[in-house]
Order: sequence, then structure tokens, then C-alpha cells
Amino acid sequence: MLDLDCIAVHERLKDKFGEGASAADNGRLSVKPDRLTEVAAFLRDDPEFNFDYLNSVTGVDHKTHFSLIYRLTSLSRKQRLDFRVDLTDHDKPTAPSVTPVWRGADLQEREIYDLMGIEFTGHPNLKRILLWDGFPGYPLRKDWVDRDA
Amino acid sequence: MAIEPPRNFAYSDIELDAREGEIVESFLKSHQTAIPDPIDWLNAPPLASNVLLTSVDKVVNWSRHYSMWPVTFGLACCAIEMMCTAASRFDLARFGMEIFRASPRQADLMIVAGTLTWKMAPWLKRIYDQMPDPKWVLAMGSCGTSGGIFKGSYSVVPGFNKIVPIDVYVPGCPPRPEALLQAILDIHAKVDKMSPTRRAVEG
Ligand code: SF4
Repeated sequence: MLDLDCIAVHERLKDKFGEGASAADNGRLSVKPDRLTEVAAFLRDDPEFNFDYLNSVTGVDHKTHFSLIYRLTSLSRKQRLDFRVDLTDHDKPTAPSVTPVWRGADLQEREIYDLMGIEFTGHPNLKRILLWDGFPGYPLRKDWVDRDA
Repeated sequence: MAIEPPRNFAYSDIELDAREGEIVESFLKSHQTAIPDPIDWLNAPPLASNVLLTSVDKVVNWSRHYSMWPVTFGLACCAIEMMCTAASRFDLARFGMEIFRASPRQADLMIVAGTLTWKMAPWLKRIYDQMPDPKWVLAMGSCGTSGGIFKGSYSVVPGFNKIVPIDVYVPGCPPRPEALLQAILDIHAKVDKMSPTRRAVEG
């Protein structure tokens, strides 16, 4: 498996989507949330990338903002790529869903919604998955306080 | 790549989820205090009982003692140890209880092995209510006694005695099969103290 060079990927994305869609330094690639859907579809369909498999979506609470980390694998081209999406609004974090691009994101995005409260717009069935309906708050946020405490 | 919408049933998924949420939340609110161990009255001085009745007690208790049917309630890692206890190496059948059934209808003993979450708790109570009297409950593992390593978590019941009366607690994470066997022998000792004319659990 080959880990793609983030700067080279960023150059390709810049050619395709312009300056504002992504940013990269040595080892990290970040994509703007409002361009996520088109970038994801491009990464899946472009013959040079062909990322046909989404390993995982992870939510991270940085206290000031949230991040989503996407791990992609191309099974046909034997290469990997990680990228990050920063959501600046800590009170009401919203990101576009990648479920229409990779079906495997469905349950993972629901889990992030359930435990961190990040809304995924365009998700076909966004509701709690592990906790029950009516559970107060989102327990994996850093500022969450147990109601029994 | 279009995604089909969720299938439609008589109740929508949203309604069912809301109903489940209501059940779990109200259950959580009404089960915050621990239910005392029912052994207290068993240890009290014996009731005035005549000779005939004690002999009947003995026969009935002897038959219950050697034919205890457990209902499994394997929830997490402890369940693996419970299966091991029932399998050939530790051989629970030596004590007359090899028939593990997933049905509460004919069960005498519920072995609750694992981590109980609040979302599962109403169904534990339901299985317990479906068991015929007399019934005993064995809480296996630290999760059963206090919530174990998950105590203070947002979703885990801190001790099964919040939900059902527990007869024997087995400490350990997970307990060794020998510990579970010892606990089952303790249950047998409790059975021997019973009187068939009284319920296992008062009220
Ligand atoms: S007591 Fe330990 S082994 Fe048993 S269910 Fe809890 S965490 Fe798992």
C-alpha cells in the first residue's frame, strides 16, 4: 500500500477545484467542508485516485472546533489517503454527508451524530444509533458532564 | 448512487425510536435505588413450621437443588467465561444444570453475565418478570456488582441490583469459571434454606 503524498494530491485538487477547496503541508491534507461532497466524488471517480473504499470517518473534539478525519483506500490502485475536514462552529457543527459517495459512511456518520452531535446534511437516515432517543446531550464531547455526577 | 429510503412499517422508525427512548428514560428515572438482597428473611429465625412441612421442604428443595435450569443473559465478555463454565472442561452438568436455555419460561436461575446498559435494562427486567417463581438471580462480574470499569459512564447501569434483586454476586473481571461454580453452590445453599410455601422474592 502506498501512502499518497498530500502536497501532490493538493496540487491536483487545486487544478480541479481552485485554491480554496483544500490545503496541505507535508503529511496533512485538509478539505473545506463546503467543498467536501465534490472533492469526495472526485477522489472516488478519478482514474488516478480511484478511492473506492472508505475505511473510516472519525470525529474529533478540539474544544474550540470539531474535525472529521476520513481514511480512504483504493483497492484497485493499492494506495491510501487521509484527509481532515475542520468544522469551525463548535455550537452547531454541520458537515455534508459523504454517504451518497461511499455507502459505508452511513452508520459511522450516525455514530458521530449520536455521540458528538455533528449534523450531516444530506444523510438519508440521520438519527441516534447507539443511545436511545431523548438522551440528553452528546457524551463524547469534551464539555459533556455526566448527569449522575 | 441513489440510496433507497428506509422501509415503511405500520409505525414509522421515528415513532418507534421515540417510544423506545421514553421507555428507557422513564426506566432510568424509576430505577435509581438498589433493591435489597432477598436473603435477609431467609437468615431470620425460622417460622413456626411443623415437622411434616419441613420434610416436604426437604424433598422439594432437594429436587430444585439438583435440577436448576438457568436462563442465559450473556451481555458482554463475562458471557464467554459462562460458556466455558458450561462446557466440558468445567462441566456445569456435574451440578445438574447443563440445560442452558434462552427462554425464561422454565428457568429457575438467571445468570446475568456482562455489562448492562440502560438501553438493555428494561428487557432484563422483562425477562426476569417472565420467569416463574421461585427464581434466583446471579450477577456475574464487577459490572454486575457495581458497574465495574464502566461505573460512572453515561450508559452503563451501576450494579444490576438497581434493576432486579440479586441473590449472589460474583466478583472478578471476568470471574474464573471456578468462581461461577462456587457462586452456583452458594445459590444451592440458598435453595436449601427455602420453604416451598414462600416465594423466593417477597412482593
Ligand atoms: S466484569 Fe469485566 S469481564 Fe465481566 S462483563 Fe464487565 S468488563 Fe467484561
